[in-house]
Amino acid sequence: MSFRPPAPGTQPPYDAPAYGSTHKRHPKQALLRIGQTLTETSAPRMTEALYPAAANLAKGPGWEAQGERIIVAGRVLDEDGRPLVGAMVEVWQANAAGRYNHERDTHDAPLDANFKGEGRVFTDAEGWYRYTTIRPGAYPWRNHANAWRPVHIHYSLFGQGFAQRLITQMYFPGDPLLPLDPIFNCIPDAAARNRLVAAFDLDVTQPDHALGYRFDIVLRGRDATPMENTP
Amino acid sequence: MSATSSQTAGPYWHLIDFPAWADLLRAGGPNAGIAGERITLVGRITDGDGAPCPDALVEIWQADPEGRYDAAFHGFGRCATDAAGGFRFTTLKPGPVRGQGNSFQAPHVALSIFARGLLQQLVTRLYFAEEPLNEQDPILASVPPARRGTLIARPEDAGTWRLDIRLQGDDETVFLEV
Repeated sequence: MSFRPPAPGTQPPYDAPAYGSTHKRHPKQALLRIGQTLTETSAPRMTEALYPAAANLAKGPGWEAQGERIIVAGRVLDEDGRPLVGAMVEVWQANAAGRYNHERDTHDAPLDANFKGEGRVFTDAEGWYRYTTIRPGAYPWRNHANAWRPVHIHYSLFGQGFAQRLITQMYFPGDPLLPLDPIFNCIPDAAARNRLVAAFDLDVTQPDHALGYRFDIVLRGRDATPMENTP
Repeated sequence: MSATSSQTAGPYWHLIDFPAWADLLRAGGPNAGIAGERITLVGRITDGDGAPCPDALVEIWQADPEGRYDAAFHGFGRCATDAAGGFRFTTLKPGPVRGQGNSFQAPHVALSIFARGLLQQLVTRLYFAEEPLNEQDPILASVPPARRGTLIARPEDAGTWRLDIRLQGDDETVFLEV
């Protein structure tokens, strides 16, 4: 068993000139393609017993966090449409004002003592996850003149194989900053790029409580045939 | 349906940094009481200018001392690099892992590196110097000999192994497409 390589154009390059931080951090030598071994096809069991869930980011130690409360829900599937059961999903984000609760974030937007911006949930038997948070704000960064990151939530996922490990970002529909963002636009395939944009979803929306967004995530699928016997 | 695109972890990923996770043998952790050779893995991540990467996320995934992934040992750790680009894990030395057919892979630890400026993780492996099985490990054998050393940790103090990682430039680490 091994995991299929990603479809062409769906993954960003290491060297993306429009995103300045890649300049000194991308390898110049080609990656060495290896046949997957047990090391790549197995993965840690990230259980709730070891890593406690935290599904409500919108409630701080004192009171409700500032900003627009939202619910985000979706399914984690593999490329064959099989749900990943019990998959650990970590999320982190800026607060409603566009400021991270992080010592290196020097943006002069206000911090919110009731918003840490870190959550952890696990998928159910059908691959569903769900959490409540605050809609993050856009924030400036130094990549180029007048550069602003579109509103986003960071995601970290563990699948059933080391080769499925994924860190990505979820964006919001209709964000005018999306066409200007080099990180979003470094994904060559437009359809793949647009799958990083969540959809407003009235079924996820909870009456008198919070708007809902749907964001599904697909991890690499399994190869039907074993890979060639090369290392 | 194709796999979701990767995006950078960015500079503020430390909201999911839990320093205890870098110690796989932590008291009250998943591996308390499992026997094996206790080791410390250290290294430093530098960029194409040789400057430290102080904002990287390093994860390890490894087999247990018997070379098993499906046993009680929880072989996962996460560590943030410090101001000098350094990382440090405490763990048990993995055993040889079953490879193709009846062969065995040399003891190794898989590493993933995420950071600002990395739109996808970089994956590499840490092997142990002087390990007899290194000679017949199929992945090490597929690396050009001149670059093989970038995957081989060297012993420092007792039980401490060092593998520095260079993202770019002279002695660039061999990164793997898995």
